Amino acid sequence: MNDIASKVLKGDPRSVARLITLAENSSPEAAGAMKDIHLHTGDAHVIGITGVMGSGKSTLICELTREYRKQGLEVGIIAIDPTSPFSGGALLGDRIRMMELATDNGVFIRSMGTRGMLGGLTTAVYDVVEILDAAGKDIVIVETVGVGQAEVDVIKIADTTIVVLVPGLGDSIQTIKAGVMEIADIYVVNKADRSGVEQTLAEVESLVDIACTNKDRKTPVLTTVAKENKGVVELIDEINKHKKYLKKSKMFEVQRRKRYEAELVEIIRKRLMNFIFDESKFKGKIESLIDQISNKELDPYTAADEILGKILR
Amino acid sequence: MERKIRVLIAKPGLDGHDRGAKIVARALRDAGMEVVYTGLHQTAEMIVETAVQEDVDVIGLSLLSGAHMTLFMDVTRLLKGKDMEDVLVVGGGVIPEEDIPKLKKAGIAGVFGPGTRIEDIVEFVRKNVKR
Amino acid sequence: MYEKKELNKIRDKRVDWEENCYSNMVKECPERKNKFENLSATKIKNVYTPEDIAHLDYIKDMGFPGGYPFLRGVYSTMYRGRLWTMRQFAGFGSAEETNQRYKYLLEHGETGLSVAFDYPTLYGYDTDHPLARGEFGKCGVAVSSLQDMEILFSEIPIEKVTTSMTINGPAAIVWGFYIANAENRGISKNAIGGTIQNDILKEYIAQKSFIFPPEPSMRLIVDTFEYGFKQVPRWNTISISGYHIREAGSTAVQELAFTLGDGLAYVKAAMERGLLIDEFAPRLSFFFNAHNDFFEEIAKYRAARRIWAKELRKLGAKKDRSLLMRFHTQTAGCSLTAQQPEINIVRVTLQALAAVLGGTQSLHTNSMDEALALPSEKAVRIALRTQQILAEESGVTDTIDPLGGSYFVEWLTDKMEEETYKYFDKVKRFGGVIPAIEKGFFQREIAESAYKYQKEIDKKERTIVGVNQYKMNEELSIPILKMDEKGEHRQIIRLKKLRKDRNQSKFDRNLKRLRKAALGNENLMPYILDCVHSYATLGETCDVLREVFGEYKEPVIY
Repeated sequence: MNDIASKVLKGDPRSVARLITLAENSSPEAAGAMKDIHLHTGDAHVIGITGVMGSGKSTLICELTREYRKQGLEVGIIAIDPTSPFSGGALLGDRIRMMELATDNGVFIRSMGTRGMLGGLTTAVYDVVEILDAAGKDIVIVETVGVGQAEVDVIKIADTTIVVLVPGLGDSIQTIKAGVMEIADIYVVNKADRSGVEQTLAEVESLVDIACTNKDRKTPVLTTVAKENKGVVELIDEINKHKKYLKKSKMFEVQRRKRYEAELVEIIRKRLMNFIFDESKFKGKIESLIDQISNKELDPYTAADEILGKILR
Repeated sequence: MERKIRVLIAKPGLDGHDRGAKIVARALRDAGMEVVYTGLHQTAEMIVETAVQEDVDVIGLSLLSGAHMTLFMDVTRLLKGKDMEDVLVVGGGVIPEEDIPKLKKAGIAGVFGPGTRIEDIVEFVRKNVKR
Repeated sequence: MYEKKELNKIRDKRVDWEENCYSNMVKECPERKNKFENLSATKIKNVYTPEDIAHLDYIKDMGFPGGYPFLRGVYSTMYRGRLWTMRQFAGFGSAEETNQRYKYLLEHGETGLSVAFDYPTLYGYDTDHPLARGEFGKCGVAVSSLQDMEILFSEIPIEKVTTSMTINGPAAIVWGFYIANAENRGISKNAIGGTIQNDILKEYIAQKSFIFPPEPSMRLIVDTFEYGFKQVPRWNTISISGYHIREAGSTAVQELAFTLGDGLAYVKAAMERGLLIDEFAPRLSFFFNAHNDFFEEIAKYRAARRIWAKELRKLGAKKDRSLLMRFHTQTAGCSLTAQQPEINIVRVTLQALAAVLGGTQSLHTNSMDEALALPSEKAVRIALRTQQILAEESGVTDTIDPLGGSYFVEWLTDKMEEETYKYFDKVKRFGGVIPAIEKGFFQREIAESAYKYQKEIDKKERTIVGVNQYKMNEELSIPILKMDEKGEHRQIIRLKKLRKDRNQSKFDRNLKRLRKAALGNENLMPYILDCVHSYATLGETCDVLREVFGEYKEPVIY
């Protein structure tokens, strides 16, 4: 077995961190290790947590993690922040809220930038979930930022998706893209000690009523005050209930299948794109095609035909 | 897929002056790096553990309270113990000239005091990243 | 302020001057910069004329010193009657060393004391707390107990000289140490005077030495207001600060607006408790920065006084004492350079002059070596002499508000007031200062200004002499202050002994009573004083409050 893979399976943090980096950079060494660890994955419960900035997601995750640790479970956390489309850099600050967990051996926190040119979740996140899973984490939490495409994508990875709201943002529910509201397996209204909580609850519950009329599970709506550790135990209960529901209704397999499909598509897509755009064979050709398009000598579809024609031959 | 330089900006100890740390974090982001900022009041253990998990190439320590000799050396000592000397460590803040040689010997590759051009820090990191 | 006909004549002449005299000159010799902007990005014109202040009514908008709107000064005699207090911020190492420095400063003519505490003290930790590692005495004096306060002020006539203490999170307790020390020396609470900074809002915004969350912190502050005006009448129970906001990177306008905004939030909090504005407002004081842009700083202080007077009147204050804004000024630490440190003396002189022309009540001048370390004796002496020269040799103290009526300064004062009210509106839309803090409004504004400023310096759009221009490759040879290496050990031994020797049952009982009171609504000062008198340490007392109030975690803003 690949050396780094065996260390990851033992839970060695340096190796886990290193393999994550290799996977993020699509390094050729990563593939070998990923192949070796895959069969050891599948046990971790993957929780996706999404919500607007300021909803207190990071604090909630910190409190959730502490509760899980009390129950003797190990937790991996992936905190995702947007990569600047201009500079390609990122300020990864979600960890700040969780620094008290930094020296707990049973918790592994990794900050990632979205990096993808196509927006959405960082393309490596599937790998990172698998790595943390293989390293022995019982729970893997994926935290995404804001309310964009990435947040809808998170359901492809997560077994349980939690949407976090906060009262007092007025029309926040309307401003959150409709797609995001639909993906929740559990709603959490955090900072529930603030004024406006009743109104927010009413709005969410009415949405749930409409959306779940013909479903066999009514999406629960919980309140928490994360910074005071209120409602956290109840949230874990609901997460566990959801897991049981998934297993009973066989939705678990369906969901996992969707995840592996997305993962496979992602790996293929990345390889293809790397092949086309990074391989020196094609790079020059691509550049010249783009020039031709810019000079109105060619249209993008014909250009694509040319490149794909070369590959598919 | 080009590699991104990953940097950890940390404020060890009780010092609350974060103007510089935030400016450096932002400038490194603008230079295309991924910057993990862990906020105020970090112990050396927290900083090094974070560096491990985030697999950073660079650690930037900021301190303006005068406690740099103790706290910076705590970090470099822990890194040495974990065999992580390939991580580039730089420091900034209020650090008298006479302390710089000792810090360099302990493993702080660059000390950026008052009056430093931000561009110089970015250049230094790019040039001296070991991994 | 001027006759319409006169103004029209001036305008016509000005237009003529601009189109001919000025334009011709510029054609031959272009101006040094494309745009002239001050540090708040306000455009500065080539020349100001009566047109720029024609809208002012002297009596309504400017008035006389010592009278509403206090634009020209808070007292009717100002420095002709009494000079500003020369109050050098000082503290390092152990109480014994700092006590020596205080005696030195008083000997050399300073007229008020000002205490700098070390980081563990600022955060309410005793010297032997694990988080205090490496921090003892580094940026201020360590005070962990009443005993340390006794040593700090040993042989110093605190009934004759006032003391300002820069302490925020644990301010109520450290004030307790000072009061208890005075009482033990037989000095009545009526006789001691001074200030505690005690301004938690700017901690959340800029200085970051907070402990508890906003609500309990405000409760503690109003407790000190209440206790202060009843029991310690000569004490300023708060120094509402802009200094730190500026040091964190804000512009002068932001410093002005955010500070006054904080002040109004405190006033409202006290009124909500039922305190009468004319009872506590006279003991509110302020603390501003004196940065590089000379005229902007002067305009800032003047605008501050006028805005405060207006706003307090709106809130119902009737007494003049409630409306007049007294402030301390410190020259800008962030403007000091490590390169060619002697030239910092020049910077400080200009900044101090601005503060004096702006009518400050109390002044600290930085020492030249402070970009690198705490001030040496020689450096702090020069800083003090700077003030003395301004006071005695420059003549600027012979008349009140000498720049009053200057077309430029009056225009700029007005402009800053206008910009301040814009910020007041923004904050109102957030629902007030505390909601705005929680949403990161101030922190974001400050971070933006700080980043912009740094980029200007890097790109050489803004010159810092010795740093990005007129550089030298020199060996820096400023003697750095050395502290007593045995100080920390001495302090720890002292603390251990104190904990052993005190009356244990009194100590336990008083901490319990404090805890109970903290859970309720009573004023905590008497309970804190009881703890202090039974030699509970700073850390032990703060731990009780930490347990009851919780600890604050800040939102993350770049």
